[in-house]
Amino acid sequence: MQKIQTIIRKEWAEVFKNRLVLFTVAFLPLILTALPVITLVVTNNYAGDLSSSMNTGSTEFFGAMCSGLSEMDCTAVYMLNLYTLMFMILPVAIPVTIAAYSIVGEKTARSLEPLLATPITTGELLVGKMIAACVPAVVVTWLAFLIYAISARFLVSDVVFAEAMKPMWWLAIFVVSPLLTLLAVSVAVMVSSRVTDPRVAEQLSALVILPLILLVVGQSAGLILINEQIILFIGVIVAVADAILVYLSVKLFQREAILTRWK
Amino acid sequence: MIKTDNLTKKFDDNLAVDRLTLEIGEGEVFGFLGPNGAGKTTTVRMLTSLIAPTAGTAVVNGFQVGRDDYDIRRTVGILTETPGLYDRLSAWRNLTIFATLYEVADVPGQVEKYLRMLGLWERRNDEAGTFSKGMRQKLAIARALLHEPRILFLDEPTSGLDPEAAKLVRDFIEELKGEGRTIFICTHNLDEADRLCDRVAVFKTRLRVVDTTKGLRQQMYGRQVVFHLAETAVPYLPAIQNQPYLRRVEAVDNKLVIALDDPETYNPDLIRRLVEAGANIQFVGELRHSLEDIYLQLVNQA
Repeated sequence: MQKIQTIIRKEWAEVFKNRLVLFTVAFLPLILTALPVITLVVTNNYAGDLSSSMNTGSTEFFGAMCSGLSEMDCTAVYMLNLYTLMFMILPVAIPVTIAAYSIVGEKTARSLEPLLATPITTGELLVGKMIAACVPAVVVTWLAFLIYAISARFLVSDVVFAEAMKPMWWLAIFVVSPLLTLLAVSVAVMVSSRVTDPRVAEQLSALVILPLILLVVGQSAGLILINEQIILFIGVIVAVADAILVYLSVKLFQREAILTRWK
Repeated sequence: MIKTDNLTKKFDDNLAVDRLTLEIGEGEVFGFLGPNGAGKTTTVRMLTSLIAPTAGTAVVNGFQVGRDDYDIRRTVGILTETPGLYDRLSAWRNLTIFATLYEVADVPGQVEKYLRMLGLWERRNDEAGTFSKGMRQKLAIARALLHEPRILFLDEPTSGLDPEAAKLVRDFIEELKGEGRTIFICTHNLDEADRLCDRVAVFKTRLRVVDTTKGLRQQMYGRQVVFHLAETAVPYLPAIQNQPYLRRVEAVDNKLVIALDDPETYNPDLIRRLVEAGANIQFVGELRHSLEDIYLQLVNQA
């Protein structure tokens, strides 16, 4: 456990001294927190105009999502749900840079060989690197989401807030989201230990976001209505995938190939 | 301390190390000489359990490569070909990380000990990336020593260093030698090997020769004595060339180059015979071939 902690502290010390990475970690959450808050303020100020502009039959379209709400409230709930979905993507996007760089970066800096020469197991090394990449992303996302939720509490009506902050969204952000983060990170670490260029690792790992983007697009186009069952289903699938991918990352990590075939 | 038996490593069809058999004793400083691409680093990687041998066995510090890899990594120190430091972290932080990974009991104590010993204490809070090449190499050596390994592998320890930094590193290796550690040095700096090593091996995919540097010279050239005369040496050849203890005699200008096994015993007889023949001997000296001569001859033979 002490070795895992050492790897985590080492990763953080290195990563947070890199301004570019720091910017990557901070920029998205800032935007994703500011954007919904600004939207809510604007929506409040121009409620009348927006209400009339939205008068296009959207109540029927999203009837299943917000039955019993006014058209204006339904639109607000719809928007808030979309933003909440974005908060699910956020921790997946943030750590990919860190994780993708974790092995291939060490190799290019030639610090991997001394590290592998120590009595550290592959499991300890990779778990340390994965936790180091996951934790900042999850914590930043949770903080951003809390700011967003608190702002929403003051900017939307009680009815909208209750509808938009259903327990399923809290489950999505506080349980499913970290699981998704681990999924992205384990893919990134696995890719990172199989390729020789950090950029390739980053590009390939970023593909993990695609299914989530499809979910957002599906919800915004009215094709999928995200409910408790879907969130739970995603959670279970991702948890199983996490276990498999962490196991595979350790199994596929070939010390010898990394040391001898990478130049 | 280190024993290999037909240790072999192949990468696909490329034979990197071919049936290496050698034995290195406790406290010995062993030089592993060979050109680039000879398989020196591959050998070190096998002996430090970083990569697995294709065939053969190796026992390091009583632990078998491939079976006791964790114990080998725990008990040996390695200075890799490039320092591989974390440039954004301080010298202190770099060493603390490795001391913890090597399960050192007193992490701050050991880190301080080696930072002071290598003259880096004052710069302990500076990022490793700001260090000169020599300082980086010293920091990497400190990293290899934190857990007090009895066996130390040094892969090109002075490569790329300026003469002053190289001397500092060499002096430190001599200090380590004084502590009775077994040191395995990969190098193509022959002067360094000559000065530091108890025995050297010349290696190019397979072992060419192993001996002390003195033994190698004797093996390759025997002992040679040069008699400098005041006149041309050729006329004096008949006075000595039939002596049974001589291996070879050659006259070059005003010098007689004589190969023999025991000059301490036979030089007085040679001097007497030459003086009786009328030679004016200016001085007599032993001809020492450099390790470079031996190395080049062996490597070129390969």
